[in-house]
Amino acid sequence: MEEKIRVMVAKPGLDGHDRGAKVVATAFRDAGFEVIYTGLHQTPEMIVDAAIQEDVDILSISVLSGAHMTIFPRLLALLKERGAEEIHVIGGGIIPREDARQLIAQGVGAIFGPGTPTGEAVAYIRDWHAGRKTG
Amino acid sequence: MATRDEATAGEIGLRARELADRLARGERRAIAQAISRVEDDTPVGRALLDLVFPRTGGAYRLGVTGPPGSGKSTLVHGLARRLRDGGRRVGVLAIDPTSPFTGGAILGDRVRMTSAAGDEGFFVRSMASRGSTGGVSAATYEASEILEAAGFDWILIETVGVGQAELEVVELTDCVLLVLVPESGDAVQVMKAGIMEIADLFVINKFDREGGDRLQRDLMLAMELSDWRRPGGWTPPVVPAVALREEGLDEILARAEEHRAWLLGDRERLREARAAKLRKRMEVLLNRTLIERTWRGSALRARLDQDLARIAAHELSPYQWVEDALSL
Repeated sequence: MEEKIRVMVAKPGLDGHDRGAKVVATAFRDAGFEVIYTGLHQTPEMIVDAAIQEDVDILSISVLSGAHMTIFPRLLALLKERGAEEIHVIGGGIIPREDARQLIAQGVGAIFGPGTPTGEAVAYIRDWHAGRKTG
Repeated sequence: MATRDEATAGEIGLRARELADRLARGERRAIAQAISRVEDDTPVGRALLDLVFPRTGGAYRLGVTGPPGSGKSTLVHGLARRLRDGGRRVGVLAIDPTSPFTGGAILGDRVRMTSAAGDEGFFVRSMASRGSTGGVSAATYEASEILEAAGFDWILIETVGVGQAELEVVELTDCVLLVLVPESGDAVQVMKAGIMEIADLFVINKFDREGGDRLQRDLMLAMELSDWRRPGGWTPPVVPAVALREEGLDEILARAEEHRAWLLGDRERLREARAAKLRKRMEVLLNRTLIERTWRGSALRARLDQDLARIAAHELSPYQWVEDALSL
């Protein structure tokens, strides 16, 4: 059987806007991915534990609250701590370009700003997955 | 993952053994990766299933099925938490449908199962149906064997939202819990022939809504009219519940425990019940493998592409075509 790309779409923190996350989840599904959607108000610990149980390839995080500079490093640290650093983290939301640069330097795969067509994220995931296969 | 599994038989065996050892220690990452191998049907996955098989068969599998929106996920989470409080190790497999058009799926059952984080005795895995139409996925039972090998003694299997004919869960589980809602009343007559017959336990969820009492009476009456007792005399109880407020959960578990005691209490009964299900599962496994092997490496697909237009134009008989294609 062909190997499916599994993506977890998670929404950490306290802000209650999950429209963006739902749009992304739907776009990923339509691209043929298996999307695990966790809902709102997840702590980084909950997200990482769920991502491990689900054995996802990609962890897609939406942050609108401004807490991205704490949430992403925490997620990366937890994944490493649990021996799951090959789970690839990407993100979206309202994240200034300089912050995005720093996060990518720390190990986040890509950051997609507001208004990015969902097709870009889909293409990124497909490329990453294909690269990992041959690499 | 497929690429990592392209290896010699020796390597495959070695990896399967390593994974089996980590499973036995209950390593969560290993459990999750093992389920993926089995779900993707890789050589390591198959070798792993052979390795763990002698150690499986002791867990109790509870299937939870019912129409979409009946509250299956909420109920499963509530039951799992209570089982955890009672010291059981609980694994959950939650199945959601795969789109037949894109092959994608949104697996949303975790939204209601938040307390799996940080508890080593609770493991939740979402599975996409991946083309299976029986309410579960092709690898659901195999995934439950992985959970069992990792030491989970209660395994809850939540099906996709079902209608009348998605009954496969009965072959994978020891007990089928059918979740209905008061509004299911009218559907009961229609459903009688199919899904009602596989239930070992009825739950009328959202019982605080109008119509619950009537559904309960209708169910009891229907059971008296047609004999739904299992061989050996188990009559499916009907339990009202409001899963969201955790009402009725203790009663459901008490009835499930009764069913478990009834089933496990008689060796002969357990053997018979499981043998019948095993036979069905073996036939399914055999069918699946036959189909895969027939397609794989054959020129059937190319031949069909070539002849399809003529069949569509009614120049070639589809029945004759199949005969010819398979007799080559």
